[in-house]
Order: sequence, then structure tokens, then C-alpha cells
Amino acid sequence: MPENEILLEVKELKMWFPITQGIVFQRHIGDIKAVDGLSFFIRRGETLGLVGESGCGKSTTGRAILQLYRPTAGDVYFEGQNLCKLKGEPLRRMRRKMQMIFQDPYASLNPRMTVGDIVGEPLEVHNILKGKSLRERVMDLLEVVGLNRYFINRYPHEFSGGQRQRIGVARALAVQPDFIVCDEPISALDVSIQAQIINLLEELQAKFHLTYLFIAHDLSVVRHISDRVAVMYLGKIVELTTRKELYENPLHPYTQALLSAVPIPDPAVEAKRKRIILTGDVPSPANPPKGCHFHTRCGVKIAGTCDVTEPEFKDVGREHWVACYRVG
Amino acid sequence: MSTLLQVKGLKTQFFTQDGVVNAVNSISFDLNEGETLGIVGESGCGKSVSVLSLMRLIPTPPGRIVGGEGWFQGRDLLSMDDEEIRSVRGNKIAMIFQDPMTSLNPVLTINQQVSEALELHLGMDKKQARKRSIELLELVRIPAAADRIDDYPHQFSGGMRQRVMIAMGLSCNPQLLIADEPTTALDVTIQAQITDLVKHLKEEIGMAVIWITHDLGVIAGLADRVNVMYAGYITESADVKDIYVDPRHPYTLGLLHSIPRLDAERKEKLTPIEGLPPDLIDMPPGCPFAPRCRYAIDRCLEENPTLESVGRGHTVACWVDVTGGKR
Repeated sequence: MPENEILLEVKELKMWFPITQGIVFQRHIGDIKAVDGLSFFIRRGETLGLVGESGCGKSTTGRAILQLYRPTAGDVYFEGQNLCKLKGEPLRRMRRKMQMIFQDPYASLNPRMTVGDIVGEPLEVHNILKGKSLRERVMDLLEVVGLNRYFINRYPHEFSGGQRQRIGVARALAVQPDFIVCDEPISALDVSIQAQIINLLEELQAKFHLTYLFIAHDLSVVRHISDRVAVMYLGKIVELTTRKELYENPLHPYTQALLSAVPIPDPAVEAKRKRIILTGDVPSPANPPKGCHFHTRCGVKIAGTCDVTEPEFKDVGREHWVACYRVG
Repeated sequence: MSTLLQVKGLKTQFFTQDGVVNAVNSISFDLNEGETLGIVGESGCGKSVSVLSLMRLIPTPPGRIVGGEGWFQGRDLLSMDDEEIRSVRGNKIAMIFQDPMTSLNPVLTINQQVSEALELHLGMDKKQARKRSIELLELVRIPAAADRIDDYPHQFSGGMRQRVMIAMGLSCNPQLLIADEPTTALDVTIQAQITDLVKHLKEEIGMAVIWITHDLGVIAGLADRVNVMYAGYITESADVKDIYVDPRHPYTLGLLHSIPRLDAERKEKLTPIEGLPPDLIDMPPGCPFAPRCRYAIDRCLEENPTLESVGRGHTVACWVDVTGGKR
């Protein structure tokens, strides 16, 4: 397998949800611009972290890539094929290669299905295995994610949050995908359990040569797991670079504020830190501000520039892209 | 500094169909005036139940406070009658909750909700209460407070609603503010706004704060003292510096090592705490953490250790000295 091979490329991806008015005749009166023109790529075997606050469009991005939502505009190339142009059987075949792990392990497992049915379902749907060999494979998968193989006949309510998340991971692995979207896979778990799941995801990545899009709001976790990180704000990527660059040399004022807001478990460090406190809240994606989306909360905005035209998302060297007039 | 709150042997149980849940197991702690105490632990460790017990807000049945005392300004909160505790609650001790989306009444205006405590506890009339409510909203830095006071909660964002909750909490100048995971439902930038606000208000008003959280990061910059709880017990209690620099309980150590730090170089692997928290109905004999503990010795499985002093203001419930050698 060649180094640096690009597995997934996203070009000008847009996902708008219509706002309608009226009961019988639904008039289209506007759009929620959840994802508004994203371009990035993911190399085979790497983990791209996608961070941002709630409502910034990170989960929508993950779902639009997997074609769970059909994007409004833009292209998603997976192994050279444009997923947005595929439908029916060809798309279904591609889906085998892409899976998803969800945030809430309580809501993402059907309470009426046994663990065997849950983990085996993708194998059945894609006509990969049946009957006894299917059961064998499910039991192996349970072992791979650190569960007892004889849990196969149990129901989700018999498991704790961390164990349920392991079931969700086993389900994602069942069809031997290349690419997994991890949508906040540890946010709903207790602190002492989070590390178990992070370690599991890392082990599996090394073992099966997986590529992850790791969506999270916790910057400490993203720093730990990612090779490169993209920071989203209100439907746009404002900064994208390698892990080291992002945490040592953040360039976008939003990234800087976000990093400074993360508490560090050390009182000596906390006492010395300078916090950038952002004022106000994230504006509505139905009516995003003109120009740079961040200008309403930015401490270093240039009046007459930032609030008029949108800054270009440009390469500033060292694999570092940023969308800000103050940079470069 | 004098003691504001002294809790002795607080024990709360829930009597359910499946058996008796030992939510809080005879915990004791002190809180000085003007001090900030952090209570850290995972879900189900009894951190919320212990403060709800002190406020006498445990739903009975199935819950019952089966023992203990909670001395607040010379009076025992746990033996007060309903009328007395009502005069303390929301007046001398205020509480803010985790979810600002559900703890405000959606059909009442902000003014009606903030004014309620002012009219009830301080006997203000409607006009005075409204004036004071606007001042309070300004105090918690809500922009254009006078224009927004007649808004309904749905017109406010999550961070703003939590500010309204804090304003309500502060309305009667409490001596103690109990914050139960107030920033868990909020984004990091909004969390920074709220923690910063509470820090400033604490200095302005001089109240004591109990801050409950599962995030060791949040209280590092906030608390003076920290109690770590596990399975209804306080396992370690120390000054905020000692908890992070010189942790003595294996559980505290485990928590600190299992979370990645924003400022630390990336390690190859995290060190998780293996296993699961115990079932509070069927508690193991001995130390509740022993089944998950890397340091456990035979004694840990038989006898539950009590809090012992290991230094100035630093107590730990553990048979093993994690710094090396047996105690």
C-alpha cells in the first residue's frame, strides 16, 4: 500500500436543511446551512480529528460523507469514486467500506435485538455470511473488542455504557471497513471508561489498518488520537493542520480561544494560564453573519474587512491551512 | 476562617424493588466560609445525592437519609422540620443544576422566576423584586438585562440560561452556593465563561461554593479543596494542589492518568482504570475500589479502609501507600 495515499477527498461539501412554512403548501423560506463548503482529504491509515462546539456541523459532515444525508452540493471521493453521484446498488456496495460509531451507546443499539443480531446484521444485509459461520464471526468480533464471546445471546440492557460502546464498535468492524466515522464515541461515557475505548480504537486501527474521522468536542482527546485536526465553526473549517502544529502554533483566533478554554487538571498550570474568554454565543446557522462567520465574537477583527467578505481558506505552509485575514 | 458547614456521617439509601442502594455511605467533611470545595467522581458515585441529602431534596420514598448530621451555622440541616429547611433552601444555601434547559420553567418569564425567591424569602413587592432581578441579571453579565427580563427561557441560549440560574441562586445573598455539574451540558468556550463568572462572583460576594463535577480539569482552577468520591465513599480529600501533585488514592491516580491532557506530550497509550464501578446494591466487602485497583492487597478485599491523615489536611482511605511501601 503506497504511503500518503488519499483515501477520502471532500470538495466544497454543502449540506443545507430547508426551513419551510405552511402546513399543506410548504413554502421554502430559508436554509440551515449546517455544512457550508468544506474541502479536505484523509489519507489511508490516518486519523483526522474534527472538533468544534455543538451545532457547528461536525456530525452533519460525518453523515454527509457517508451519504446518510445526501449533500446539497459538493463531491465526496472515496477511493477515487464520487459517492455523491452513486445510488442504488453501487452505493450500497461502497457502504461496506465505510462504517460509523455513534455517540450514545444507549440509543444506538436496538433494545429488542440480541448482541448477536446487532453485530451480525451488517453481515447479513451485505450477504457476506449466513447461519453458523455468521455466528462464529460475530463471536470472534466480540472477542476482538474485548467482550466475552458468549455474550452473543444477551440484550443491550444487560451491559454498561462502555460495554455497549464496544458492541457498537464490533458492529462497525463486522464488514471489515476501511474507513470509520467515530461520532463522539466517548462523550457519553464515564471518565474511567473513556480511556478503555480510546485504547481499543487505537489498537483496532493498528491491527486492521483503519482510517478514522474522529468527531469530538474534547480537544484533549482529539490531541491524543489524531494525526491531523480540523477545527469547525458554524459550518466551515477555520483551521486544519497536523496535531503538533495545531496545539503548538494555533493561528486562527477561534482555535486559540478554544484551546485556552480547555481546563487542564493541574492547579499550578491553571493559575498561570491566560484565558481568552469569548463573549456571546454561536450565531444561528440559519442566518450566519456576513463575511467571516467568527467576526461577531472575534477579538482581533478588522472592521470593514472581516465583516464584509469571507476569508479564503489558504495554505500557509507546513501542512497548515487557515481561514483568517490576520494570518499570512 | 470559621467552619460554615460540617457534615458528619451522612448516610443515604434508596429502598428499591431490587434491594437497598447504598448511595452515600457515612461521609464526613467540613467546609469553611468563603471556601470552594470540589466534589469529583463518576456517575453514580453519590456526589449529587450527598448534597441533595443536605438540602433535603431526596425523593422519599424510595430514598431516605438514614443517618448523619449536617451542621450549618449552628443548626442541623438534617433534623430541621420542613418549614425551617424551606427558609434555608434558596435563601442561605442556593443550588444550581446541571441542565439549564430543563431547570427553568418554560411557561414563566425570566422575571417571574428570578423574582420568586426575592418575594418569598426577602418579602419584596413585585416592583422591588423586578428592579433587583434586573440588577442580578446584570451581575451575571446578561447584556441588555432590562430588555430581556420579560423573555421566556426558550429565547435564551444554554450559557445564558445557566447565568439566569446563577442569578436566581444569588438572589438572596447565600452563604453557600451548590453547583451540581453546572457546565457539563455546555460547550468549552461557554464553560470558560461560566467558571470565570463564578470565580469573580465568589470574590465579590464572599460566599462558599460546593462545585460538583466529573471533570478534574474544571476544578483545578476553581477549588480550594477537593473531595474525591467513589461508590458512595469519600476516598481522598486534600487541598487542590495536593490532589494533582501528590495523589495518594489509587482511584485518584487512575483518574489523572486515564485522561489525556491538553498540554502534555502525547503518550503512546492511556492507562485506563480497568473494569466497572461496583453495583451499589451488592457492594463487595472490603474496599469498593479493590476489584479495579492495581495496588490491591489481600486486606483490601476484606476490610474497608477509613479516611486516615497522610499530611496537612490530606486524608486518604487506602491500606496501601501508593508512593511505595506499606503503611
